[in-house]
Amino acid sequence: MLPQSTHLSSEKKRIYVLFGIMAVLFVIVGQVQSWNLSLAILNLCLISAIMTLGANIQWGYAGIVNFGIMGFAALGGLAGVLVSMPPVQAGWQAGGMSLLGGAVIIVLTSVLSVFVWGRIKHITHWRYWIMTAVILAGYLVMRAIVDPAVEVIESIESAKAGHIGGLNLPILVSWVVGGIFAAGAAYVIGRISLGLRSDYLAIATLGISEIVIYVLKNEDWLARGVKNVNGLPRPVPYEIDLQAEQWVINLASRLDTDVPEMSSIIVKLSYAGLFTIVLLILFWLFETALRSPWGRMMRAIRDNEVAANAMGKHVTAKHLQVFVLGSAVVGLAGAMLTTLDGQFTPASYLPLRFTFLIWIMVIVGGSGNNFGSILGGFVIWFFWIESEPLGLWLMDVLTAPLSETSALRGHLLASAAHMRLMTMGLIMLLMLRFAPQGLIPETKR
Amino acid sequence: MDSLNALVVIANFVVVPGLAYGSQLALGALGVTMVYSVLRFSNFAHGELMSFGAMVTVLLTWWLQAQNIGLSVLPTALIALPIAMVVTVLLALATDKLVFSYYRQKRSESVTYLIVSVGVMFTIGGLIRFIIGPADRVFTDGQRFLLKARAFKKMTGLNEGLAIKTTQGVTIIVAVIVVALIFWFLNKTKTGKSMRAYSDNEDLALLSGINPERVVMITWIITGALAALAGTLYGLDKSYKPFTYLSLLLPIFASAIVGGVGNPVGAIIGGYVIAFSELFITFAYKKVATYMLPAAWAPEGLVQLLSTDYKIAVSFVILLVVLLIRPTGLFAGKTI
Repeated sequence: MLPQSTHLSSEKKRIYVLFGIMAVLFVIVGQVQSWNLSLAILNLCLISAIMTLGANIQWGYAGIVNFGIMGFAALGGLAGVLVSMPPVQAGWQAGGMSLLGGAVIIVLTSVLSVFVWGRIKHITHWRYWIMTAVILAGYLVMRAIVDPAVEVIESIESAKAGHIGGLNLPILVSWVVGGIFAAGAAYVIGRISLGLRSDYLAIATLGISEIVIYVLKNEDWLARGVKNVNGLPRPVPYEIDLQAEQWVINLASRLDTDVPEMSSIIVKLSYAGLFTIVLLILFWLFETALRSPWGRMMRAIRDNEVAANAMGKHVTAKHLQVFVLGSAVVGLAGAMLTTLDGQFTPASYLPLRFTFLIWIMVIVGGSGNNFGSILGGFVIWFFWIESEPLGLWLMDVLTAPLSETSALRGHLLASAAHMRLMTMGLIMLLMLRFAPQGLIPETKR
Repeated sequence: MDSLNALVVIANFVVVPGLAYGSQLALGALGVTMVYSVLRFSNFAHGELMSFGAMVTVLLTWWLQAQNIGLSVLPTALIALPIAMVVTVLLALATDKLVFSYYRQKRSESVTYLIVSVGVMFTIGGLIRFIIGPADRVFTDGQRFLLKARAFKKMTGLNEGLAIKTTQGVTIIVAVIVVALIFWFLNKTKTGKSMRAYSDNEDLALLSGINPERVVMITWIITGALAALAGTLYGLDKSYKPFTYLSLLLPIFASAIVGGVGNPVGAIIGGYVIAFSELFITFAYKKVATYMLPAAWAPEGLVQLLSTDYKIAVSFVILLVVLLIRPTGLFAGKTI
């Protein structure tokens, strides 16, 4: 028993020390740069940590390689628009029925193709062609119904609307809806692709997430495409209203800052509070799940699928379950991100930032450990932002011997901003090589 | 006459660009397939390797242009290309030595390699942006067209023109030569045969005295050279922008998988399948239909299956369909 307990306490110590260092880093940024920046980084660290938790239950608990994180985050963001924006009545009246008709056709085509697929098993030669014909016919009918409606919707006040709008509900509702959107997509994707080998699954999910982004970028009727949706409602007060409040003015004078700065800090703190609540709830749920029989079963499947199967566990069903769960959490985080930004910008979803960076967070933090995931989200996002000023400073010191006008010095200083990709790559490679278990390794249970 | 005009429209907007783009994809997919069949993992860093090769070509081309060295009609980049290939090969060998060889010794699972290759992707991508920055660079020079649309119209007396860009011609010719060389190497030389043996059955190859380290080294040499070539040709044809190579990775994987991962013939055919499906599905058939149908039936819309915005998405859809229906690809088997 003794070695076990010392092991646990050393892990606890590690957690305290590493999170302590993280806290000190935030204080340093607050003091050296500004508290506003420090809190801005903190908010995105919290969102990253939630995304990482989602990715971690897929990779760390179950060993599923999901390279489609970006797509689920974007679906969550879409929920932000569809839930919170006011509906464009004219758009609904002009094209709502056609859009619904199109959706019905899509569902009918899917059902029909699954039915036909089962019925024509014996026609081996023509099977694919018949299927293609069925799907193509459904697609053309859908286009014929939807195209005119889309044209009308996109032409209504295209400078500020041009889409169907949303449900005008509080944006906090979208956090749940975003999770549901992502879960629904994950269910469909998982059903068709979880049987694939790990590297094919990685490529397939990456491809699907790209398709999601393409659709969001080009279907203007849905969320204005690359024209972006701005001015989403907020769950927290606006700076301008806070600046009129007496207590804010008093607080600012007591803390020796100006009022706009103070109001902005209060807004960021409120977001941080909301995000922290979500993070704590999810963390508690995931830790409980990990300790439960379900968690033991997941690890058993991850470590030896054949044995788990022999013990009567339905491996594919459990994989699907964990894939849906993890993706829902990513979708939730995506909706939170859109809420924080106050806008939905499909063009900003890049695989480097939303898929691979999250993977680095999982790996560096420690796959299979929830504390590790949170830490990974914090550390990597912190350095993703801070590597720019740090790189600039480092370059300045390194190139100090060169003359002020040297072309090389100029180039190096200008390129320092691009240091972060390389830094992230090197951090990931070094971790994988020398500490593959991450900063906080998975607890042996 | 009308049907000829319709054919020229298709040739101009689909066949010629499709052949060039398909060649670029095929060369990229050939590299992915080589790594897969010998080292047994999907290399996510391949796109950045291509980008790196193209970057070296761009830098050398600038230098050559400054020295007033050129090929008059042909792009100067063709002189720079061999050197860029050598540099890219060195980078590929260095990543193997510094990164991948460790996991080979540990006999890691292929999913570990996959994740490691993502790290390599980040590192090379960062290196590229550090050296040349993220901007868009056009580095083609020399004569712009092999065949101008107007000259074609005059020559044939048709209404529609057919234009062939020099870069398209260069791409197709270079691709044919290189593919021929690769197949000659794999099928006729002793080293090539030892590579095929190794990819077919590792243990048996080891027993027959084939040196695995040498096979791996040669694989990286071929992969690096192919990557630099594919990256440069793509950059010449469109323009060089570090950012595009990550999105090019998926069509390349799609090409390799559609043809059957690990199979070089499959990779090449896959490249053209992907390129032509992208173009045929997003092509607006209005002009063709106007020529082919009686005047009364002339269509009003663009007659397009999907808008051109979805061009790359087409390749992802094909990739998914192939993965789901026939994951072994058109040409099954993972032997080279």
